[in-house]
Amino acid sequence: MEAFFEWFRWLYDETGINLTFVYDAYDRERMIDGFLMTIWLSLVCLFFSVIIGIVGAWLQGSPLKWTRRLVNGYIQFFRNTPPLVQLYFFYFAVGNLLPKVATDYGGEAPLLGNFAWAVISLSFFAGAFNVEIFRAGIEAVPRSTVEAASALGLTRLQTYRHVTLPLAFRVILPALNNNLVNLVKTTTLAYAIAVPEMLYVANQIWSDNVNVPEMMIFLLFAYIALVGILVWSMNRWERSLKIPGFGTS
Amino acid sequence: MAWTPDQPMVSLKDVHKSFGELEVLKGITFDVMKGEVVCIIGPSGSGKSTLIRCINALNDIQKGSITVEGQEVNDPRLDKLELRKKVGMVFQQYNLFPHKTALENVMMAPLIVLREDQQEVEERARMLIRKVRLEGKEDSYPGELSGGQQQRVAIARSLAMNPDVMLFDEVTAALDPETVKEVLVTIRELAEEGMTCILVTHEMGFAREVANHIYFTDRGVIVEHGAPATFFDDAKDPRTREFLSQIL
Repeated sequence: MEAFFEWFRWLYDETGINLTFVYDAYDRERMIDGFLMTIWLSLVCLFFSVIIGIVGAWLQGSPLKWTRRLVNGYIQFFRNTPPLVQLYFFYFAVGNLLPKVATDYGGEAPLLGNFAWAVISLSFFAGAFNVEIFRAGIEAVPRSTVEAASALGLTRLQTYRHVTLPLAFRVILPALNNNLVNLVKTTTLAYAIAVPEMLYVANQIWSDNVNVPEMMIFLLFAYIALVGILVWSMNRWERSLKIPGFGTS
Repeated sequence: MAWTPDQPMVSLKDVHKSFGELEVLKGITFDVMKGEVVCIIGPSGSGKSTLIRCINALNDIQKGSITVEGQEVNDPRLDKLELRKKVGMVFQQYNLFPHKTALENVMMAPLIVLREDQQEVEERARMLIRKVRLEGKEDSYPGELSGGQQQRVAIARSLAMNPDVMLFDEVTAALDPETVKEVLVTIRELAEEGMTCILVTHEMGFAREVANHIYFTDRGVIVEHGAPATFFDDAKDPRTREFLSQIL
């Protein structure tokens, strides 16, 4: 392993291509932490945005007019405003309104840190699109199938959970896939509120070493790999959900 | 007043149903006793399907009364679950759950709605699949079955809830003539076992054979009704005669 690292030091000495995050132990650690932070942030946001999509689409079908209006208002708000502005809004505006909590050293700290705000903001942002995606899937399930479930005595929630959602999932996976890819890429915005994810760490490293082009190229390849893994697993999932004789085969 | 089996199992009184401006049922009244098999026939658009969909509250009605075992269906406080435990329904387009196997389709409602024991439900489901002559197809998905096979799974799925009344809404209309027979055989067996059945059908021969009573509806009213023998051979109303002459 040492030889591998040393080769990159040699590469720098010989060619000027400076990949400090490989041969320098301190930078390497920072980069790995940033990489893991991006993955963690992505996974948490993926999870919550899908939950928001599922619950939102369910509420959108509610018989209560005000519930539907509320969901539509939410979608309009988050779909029609830039995610960076949302992030600032949550972190600086909403965050400031919340009470402060005492820290161990006698100081005061905000109730929610920057990571929590990034999760909240990005999940709601991607969730707004997910609600619309799930709604499209739900509308693709024939009314007669839902009616059959209801005639068997299933409640609206039971029908949603056991019939509508499993069928809708199969229809929307390509669209959901797209939105989740976008979400992973949008996690770079958390840079703006100093969440130490990959872009933030890369910035620190290039500030110290003045190796901007190398870091940029690395960043692009790292995101290609991350998104590639996501797309690959989503496609695998899509294949595993295929039902004989249903949909496009 | 509690319902007793000597009273009509299903009773309709002056039932009116409109879709917006369009009135499709204009005062329908009839009773179905326990164990009776009733066929509703009539031209397309005469409100037959709407009529039986009202019986298990898939459609609401604007005026009149429908009772199932004494329970009023036209009541905002209606416990739909109680009603649907009593009334099974089979649709023209089968409407099976495409992501579940035949066996899972049959097991689903007893497991989710009645929360019965998994093993008991599976035993009963396998028995019902044998009953509709689909042994060996338990693990097939609906997309892998023919129309007639799917419709028989749909019948088994309804029977799994142990209903007291079965509603059949043109269940053979989407099938080719060869598979119609296998579905009709299944329904006839049910009727012979004493299941109360209300069928909307275009199969006149079948109606004549299995029904205790035939109702002919046209434009939202019952034009004529009677036992099959008198109804088919001795229809009084000119509209009935015209309809029968076109079909038979």
